[in-house]
Amino acid sequence: MKSLPIIFCGLFATLALSWAGIIWRGQEQLGGLQPMSEYYAIDAVSESFRFEKPQKDETRNPEARVGLAQQGKAQYIGLGCVSCHTQQVRRKGFGADYERGWGARQTVPRDYIRQERVLTGFSRTGPDLSNVGERRDSANWFHAHLYNPQAVSPGSTMPPYAFLYEKREITQNGERSAKALELPTDEGYEIVPTLRAEALVAYLQSLKLDYNLPEVRLPEEPQN
Amino acid sequence: MPSESKSSEIDRSMKLPGLLFLLSAVAWLLTGTVFALLTSIKSTFPGFLANCECLTYGHISAAGSNSILYGWGGNALFGVGLWILARLGRRPIPMPVMLLIGGVFWNIAVTLGVGGIIIGDMTSVMWLEMPSYATTILAISSILIGVWGTLVYRYRQPGPVYISQLYILAALFWFPWIYITAQIFLFYLPARGVVQVVTNWWYAHNLLGLWLAPAGLGAAYYLIPKILGRPVHSYYLATVGFWSLALFVGWGGMSNLVGGPVPAWLVTVGIVASVATLLPVLIIAINHHLTVMDSFDRVAADPSLRFVVFGTISFTLASLIGCVLSLRSVSEISQFTTVMEGNSQHFVYAFFTMIMFGAFYFMMPRILNCSWPSGKLIQCHFWCSAIGITLMLIALYGSGWIQGTQMTAIGAYGDPVHGDFLQIVQNTIPWLHARTASILLISIGQLAFAANILWMLVEAARSCYCGMIGAAKDAQGEKFLPETAAS
Ligand code: HEC
Repeated sequence: MKSLPIIFCGLFATLALSWAGIIWRGQEQLGGLQPMSEYYAIDAVSESFRFEKPQKDETRNPEARVGLAQQGKAQYIGLGCVSCHTQQVRRKGFGADYERGWGARQTVPRDYIRQERVLTGFSRTGPDLSNVGERRDSANWFHAHLYNPQAVSPGSTMPPYAFLYEKREITQNGERSAKALELPTDEGYEIVPTLRAEALVAYLQSLKLDYNLPEVRLPEEPQN
Repeated sequence: MPSESKSSEIDRSMKLPGLLFLLSAVAWLLTGTVFALLTSIKSTFPGFLANCECLTYGHISAAGSNSILYGWGGNALFGVGLWILARLGRRPIPMPVMLLIGGVFWNIAVTLGVGGIIIGDMTSVMWLEMPSYATTILAISSILIGVWGTLVYRYRQPGPVYISQLYILAALFWFPWIYITAQIFLFYLPARGVVQVVTNWWYAHNLLGLWLAPAGLGAAYYLIPKILGRPVHSYYLATVGFWSLALFVGWGGMSNLVGGPVPAWLVTVGIVASVATLLPVLIIAINHHLTVMDSFDRVAADPSLRFVVFGTISFTLASLIGCVLSLRSVSEISQFTTVMEGNSQHFVYAFFTMIMFGAFYFMMPRILNCSWPSGKLIQCHFWCSAIGITLMLIALYGSGWIQGTQMTAIGAYGDPVHGDFLQIVQNTIPWLHARTASILLISIGQLAFAANILWMLVEAARSCYCGMIGAAKDAQGEKFLPETAAS
């Protein structure tokens, strides 16, 4: 096997096989997914979500992320938060994602179809963030944590993002900025989030797994 | 001896491009190690350099991996690979200036890319973090270099073809393909939803398995028989090993998606492929290990061979561990922990990089026509690297396993046993200190390596300069000094 054309055919074919089998087939199966309301029913014959039983006021999920939260995603990407945080919840019974409170249901391919960049992640040095917007509800908590994680979570190894905040002198008449954070700092100074920090927090708050899809539902609330 | 002068002619044709690739490789290796060191310190002391946005954790960890993969890995692979292709083809490189151009642009691209990551233009896609203004240049220069490798093979002297040539051609051919595919599906025409994640793992797995690995294996297949002066254990097995590796590796990355938002068949395919990869791994192991069997005294004595044999043993071990890590019951624990980082370091450093070190020790004296100035520095390089990487692997596998078992443990009442996430973080910190120590050790080795290379360059330049003076004096009809005549 010395001839160049034969070698190249072999090299091409072996890689093409895995490309076709993985990416192309994946695209065939997942590339056409649409946002859906939870009221779609499964067509038993073709096993696809064919029949819609329309309901009043239904929303189709996942919804698109817009505005400030979308700008915040660019910050999340540019700062490389993905090096320590995942955004995917594994199914109950595989790992302990459910038990740790990282999400009430597993994430499925449809959850990601509206995202132009999918950040499922590869490392959990920090907790999973798929549902962090549900877990932590106040913007103040996020700001205080980003500004100095060790003050909020003692012993945390998350780096501080204080450079996203401005330390400003409080004006002469003692008027504080409306956005100033409730953080201890030097006398006569206040800490104000930049637009970048506000966008990032809006993004974190938008990370919620609080909707049903035809293929997965949140567990029913226990009745009491 | 005509064959002798032949190989020196080949070495001369590779001198400039070879030096460009090898020296930039070493520069990137040192850069990447500095980034890795800072990253490791920050992972235990988050306040370290925290006010500098450029050096925030997310930036430098990506800058480190990209410097090592494309800066060190790419340059080393091109330099060593093309030289081996030319040597085995028994023909000088045609128009080596084209290789120089390709190499210059490759390095411009990596510089732009790593710089872009540092200033925050990163994409946050694993191992593809470089911004778009770097990636096009990277892709085009890799094609140019690949075409030149193909030409070297095409215009070889008639005669036997070796398995190394196949491996190196494959690496040169596969890289542009996987890289361009990944760029298109992730950035230019982004695929919908998790197809991006699938593409990312396909790429990342193949970057190691179909780019760095073939180059490392090809170099080992060249160096071991060459240095020992005996043929490969079985040529037939080597061919089977190559093609089965080509067939199975491409699918293996999917096992990393276990438990994730992808159809289960994809993960199953990945696991089956990872287990199937054992076949080529065993074949390669038999070939490499049996060829050096009963020559361990030579391995201990020869500077290149020591590194290469360390690398081939690491390839076998890293592949076996990688296969175990793909099984669902194991990956449930190891997924998302430093175990996975450990396994990629096992491939990138303990296998690929060590073999490349061996290849540098073999190749540099030949293209510079000079011998290594210091054996002590080589000793220091070897032991710091070998002990350092072993310590790093223990630290990463160890901390990851602790992290994974504690993160997934569920108590009798369905509650997490280690509910306090911060406690798990704390439990890994001693291991991460060990990683910092290991990187320090590794960088001492690298400094010894770099010092030896600089020293050798100075010697080579001096002897070249003396030669020139001698020739000039000769031309003026002066009687020149005997020692310059000798050099
Ligand atoms: C070096 C790794 C690392 C990086 C980089 C990192 N984090 Fe973290 N993160 C952690 C760790 C560890 C924790 C858990 C301890 C804590 O709460 O601080 C955490 C916790 C969090 C939490 C709280 C989660 C919860 O469930 O309470 C949020 C929100 C968060 N990180 C957001 C971010 C954002 C946004 C970025 C990027 C700007 C980022 N992290 C970068 C390591 C990291």
